[in-house]
Amino acid sequence: MIRVIAAAVLVASPFVGALAGEGSYLPIPSGRFASALNYEDAPGKQPVAAYSMMRTPVTNAEYLAFVKANPKWQRGRAPTVMAEKRYLSHWVGPLELGDTAKPDQPVVQVSWFAADAYCAAQGARLPTWTEWEYAAAADETRRDARSDRIWRERILRWYSRPSNTALPRAGLQPANVYRVQDLHGLVWEWTEDFSSMLMDADNRNQGDADNARFCGAGALSMNDRDNYAVLMRVAMLSSLSAEATTANLGFRCVKDTP
Amino acid sequence: MKSLALSIVLAVLAGATVVTPDAAFAAPPAAQKAPLPGNSVYQLDVQLTDQAGRTSAWRDRRGKPQLVSMFYTSCQYICPLIIDSGKAVQKQLSDAERARLGITLISMDPARDTPQALAKVATQRKLDPAQWTLASPAAEDVRSVAGVLNIRYRALADGEFNHTSALVLLDGEGRILARTEKMGSKPDPEFVEAVRKALR
Repeated sequence: MIRVIAAAVLVASPFVGALAGEGSYLPIPSGRFASALNYEDAPGKQPVAAYSMMRTPVTNAEYLAFVKANPKWQRGRAPTVMAEKRYLSHWVGPLELGDTAKPDQPVVQVSWFAADAYCAAQGARLPTWTEWEYAAAADETRRDARSDRIWRERILRWYSRPSNTALPRAGLQPANVYRVQDLHGLVWEWTEDFSSMLMDADNRNQGDADNARFCGAGALSMNDRDNYAVLMRVAMLSSLSAEATTANLGFRCVKDTP
Repeated sequence: MKSLALSIVLAVLAGATVVTPDAAFAAPPAAQKAPLPGNSVYQLDVQLTDQAGRTSAWRDRRGKPQLVSMFYTSCQYICPLIIDSGKAVQKQLSDAERARLGITLISMDPARDTPQALAKVATQRKLDPAQWTLASPAAEDVRSVAGVLNIRYRALADGEFNHTSALVLLDGEGRILARTEKMGSKPDPEFVEAVRKALR
């Protein structure tokens, strides 16, 4: 009950997350985890060290505070090699959100470089894919709900929603067992190692006579082909370049547990 | 010995620069130079330590067209091909053209690619230091360098790396002009043509 009230308070005041600083990072305990991605050099369950993760994706208000403090990351100032032309293009001005970007909506149209810089400014970092997937495997009561068909279907419903409607606010969905919210059902999220996913053009080019373009083995395949929600995330991340931005792609940061 | 001590000091200073959060991209190095274009990879403020142990900013290579790739020295399979590919492009050029083109191979494995490890490959493969630079960035900058070059990689459990192999052609300002993923001693003719054009 206390948790419900706390969540209600947080939802009601969008700036609490930004002001809370440390408080908006929630501890994720260590464990062993079988990713839906199967790398032949690291099969089966792999250890995941403890870390703490932002309760929700970074919001427009939080990101606005960042670009105010770091002018070089303002729209129009950030070099295009690190943030393409669409960077923050849904804001009304470089330092003004306007009607199309509410303070408590997750920030989108941010590149990997921009997300990386935001987290670094917080003394944090972007999560690895494994850290993201590990936290996102949980539902309200279980640390790993992935084998539950009903849970999977609930997540998949989001992906069938049209993407041209306005984004909901961050923090509206039920918290998972770690009290983290919105890992599913709101935006796609950058990971630190998004460019380690070598499955896009690389696997599609099977007709290419010169397919020996990689050092070593370690091809990526899927352990869990029915986990469509994760498959879609991986396909999306593996298709991006680091300066790219999209209208549905945001991020959250994590911190190492000292 | 003095120069070794100096390069250690420089490396330490460089390390200190890299960890400053504000150093994501700093002002252009020399006041007399025009600002870097926004689409220049030299917007990334990273330091590279080369096969001679010298540490300098990546953007100090500004001014001369460059072939750039990422590799690592312990690589058994494709990385030797990356060097072959660079040599194959050089072979297509006149002496004068060759002198105007720099080739920079950036390591994705800075933990093991010390100046000594880089120098060993440079010697073994007879890479002329007037053209070839083999260099390592700080560990925390590898993903960013790969990001601006659009190179994907992953460290494998056995210490090898899985990575895309590409030669990227930069103009003197660090803008990407062309790219090829055709590796080996038979050069990609379109890419060679782009290199020639850049050297005119």
